Amino acid sequence: NSGVVCLLRPLLLDVVPSIRQTTALALGRLADYDVELAEAIVKAGILPQLICSLPEENRYYKKTAAFVLRAIAKHSPQLAQAIVQCGGLEMLVICLEDFDPGVKEGASWALGYIARHNPELSQAVVDAGAVPLLVLCIQEPEIAVKRIAASTLSDISKHSPELAQTVVDAGAIAYLAQMIPNPDAKLKRQVLSALSQIAKHSVDLAELVVEAEIFPVVLTCLKDSDEYVKKNGATLIREIAKHTPELSQLIVNSGGVAAVVDCIGSCRGTVRLPGIMTLGYVAAHSEDLSMAVIVSKGIPPLCACLIEEHEDHIKAAAAWALGQIGRHTAEHARHVAVANALPTLLDIFVDAQSSEDLKTKATLKNILQKCTYLPALEPLLHEAPPSIIKHIIGQFSKVLPHDSKARRLFVTTGGLKKVQEINAEPGSLLQEYINTINNCYPEEIVR
Amino acid sequence: YFYIFRAIDEDRKMKYKAAVKIQRWFRACRVRAYLRHVSQMAILIQKWWRGYLRRKNFRETVERAYFIKKLKFYNEMAVRIQKMWRGYYVRKYIHNFYALKKYLKAVSVNNELVRSELQEYAEMRENEEKMKDLEKKEKEKKYEARKTHYLLSTEQIPGIYNSPFRKSPDPKELLLRTSKPLTHRKQQVKSPFDDELYEWPTCKKPPAFVTALPLLPADRQKPQGPFRDPAEVLRQRYKPLEPTLRVRESMYSPPAKAREATPREEWRSPIHDNEFLPFSSHHKNYEKYEPSLCKSGKYGQEAYGTKYFREVYPEKWIADKDFETLFPSIALFEKFGKTYSSTGQIV
Repeated sequence: NSGVVCLLRPLLLDVVPSIRQTTALALGRLADYDVELAEAIVKAGILPQLICSLPEENRYYKKTAAFVLRAIAKHSPQLAQAIVQCGGLEMLVICLEDFDPGVKEGASWALGYIARHNPELSQAVVDAGAVPLLVLCIQEPEIAVKRIAASTLSDISKHSPELAQTVVDAGAIAYLAQMIPNPDAKLKRQVLSALSQIAKHSVDLAELVVEAEIFPVVLTCLKDSDEYVKKNGATLIREIAKHTPELSQLIVNSGGVAAVVDCIGSCRGTVRLPGIMTLGYVAAHSEDLSMAVIVSKGIPPLCACLIEEHEDHIKAAAAWALGQIGRHTAEHARHVAVANALPTLLDIFVDAQSSEDLKTKATLKNILQKCTYLPALEPLLHEAPPSIIKHIIGQFSKVLPHDSKARRLFVTTGGLKKVQEINAEPGSLLQEYINTINNCYPEEIVR
Repeated sequence: YFYIFRAIDEDRKMKYKAAVKIQRWFRACRVRAYLRHVSQMAILIQKWWRGYLRRKNFRETVERAYFIKKLKFYNEMAVRIQKMWRGYYVRKYIHNFYALKKYLKAVSVNNELVRSELQEYAEMRENEEKMKDLEKKEKEKKYEARKTHYLLSTEQIPGIYNSPFRKSPDPKELLLRTSKPLTHRKQQVKSPFDDELYEWPTCKKPPAFVTALPLLPADRQKPQGPFRDPAEVLRQRYKPLEPTLRVRESMYSPPAKAREATPREEWRSPIHDNEFLPFSSHHKNYEKYEPSLCKSGKYGQEAYGTKYFREVYPEKWIADKDFETLFPSIALFEKFGKTYSSTGQIV
């Protein structure tokens, strides 16, 4: 910081090329390390010199210059904006056309960091004509170039549907889909993340991604040994499943649900989250799909998640997914109840430490309103807070008038006694339910 | 007297009251009878009148009742039909239970298939990785053995791994016996494209335009002597072709065609029959007839010099070179095809 930047600046214009290169490398490393140094470099006006001299220089200089730009752009949007204003994008695009793979890698990395911050910068990158060149980079034989090009495309397309459409128009999907079976783990991560960023914006884009025939192949990614490959694969499936029931149907038909369930079972931590959300989205669309999720043994891993995980948002997602599965009909609610999920949900609901999202009453309410499986409801009766008790008693009042065995069971397990102990306001819904229940039994027992 | 009048008066009053009572009673009876009569007459009239009215509207009332009854009956029947149809339709098309069951069964079967395939795939990957690890270890072991080749036991002195107290030599001893000693120069330069990254078929060929050197190992001794910089050599070797203007022009372009005319002319009308020779002793060295080796033997094709019948196993070569004959080459044969002119370079 002690005037290093001012000292380095004249060296950039030195006659000897290797001095220029080393200066650029030094500047890059300084900028990489600290935000203030990067800002100092930008303020000292080095960028225009660096950028203007790029076309004539040799490939090592181009590589180091790209490294400097990347190191500056990665810290904040303002710095990236400064680079764009100096005309850095055109130079980076020229570097992308170079033959050397190292130069291409550096240029696309810098473009990726610039495009990452916000949609305007991404739009600027696209306007500079980088996207077709990036698609060409993806086809290069070196793995490192492919990786970086895929990650840049993913950063560009994540901001808005128009940008994603631009990437798709350049024909990126076919190449990205071809690279899914590649054995390299980091490449797979980037490719899957790029495809999921494209698919997340709209139904048409998701359909385009699906048409590239990713389906049985993506499932092998869910079995990969690398955690992040699994996570990104699950994210891709989630983005496709969330749009329409037909897409979810496609996923179910190709056995995707089974693969996602296995994936959830084998991972721990935030890696599970996209898989859980996939199951929730698939089950939310219709009751047939929800039944399909149940049939693929989806409920036990979700319950395990609720119990084992420590983080709130994962538990909230698992609770939401269970709610989506159980809310359609009595059959679905029965499956959820049989898997012993309801006591866990109730515990979470009652627990004072869990956060607001976790406590969403909607999940529990949705499942309870359809649940006619009495043995599961009984334990809840003893522990639940008043807002939940209303629904439980409502369910009992619906089932008990018709089923004599259930009535007997209700009395023997002490349920009737508990019902009497609840004091409800006369005229409220709760009182009506209690009256209905009391009417099923002869007077002596009630007293 | 007063009492007699009073008695007669009272008697008169009594009789008067009795007469009034009787008359009163009789009038009341008459009125009652009259009222009764009147009410009966009224009832009769009303009876006949109401009957008349009802009989007038009887037909319509009955028809209407009949019609309503029919309608109710038809409605019932229609409800029954609709009920059965809607149940059938929903069960068959919208909420087909059996098709749903079949579908779910198919989904679970498919899931099992997918799960088993994925399991196989995962196992295959694990096996591959294990194999790779094993192979790497094997390679390392073999390399170690080659490096420590001097630990092999000789006839006189048993080596470390071949102790005389053992029944049979150690496996390492056997490994040492089968390994060749390392030479100073490795047999092949380790190409940087050997790594796992490049197992993928698309990456098998190195980049088309070679600008970077293949990475030689850091401890490689620089070859002694006035060798040129390898980068420079590569650049020259892979320098793109810059053909001369003449070569770049095709055969069919107008200047080329125009040039064709002159030789043709000369061929047609030569000045004399002696060809122009580029140098004076051209005919001595160049225009001798040299019979081809393939056809010049007495009995047909002569295999000498063209076919070699010795088999070649490069992996068995100790140093880099093949078997060489020991006698010196024939000097005359060395000059074959190399002398250009007596004033030239290689004579």
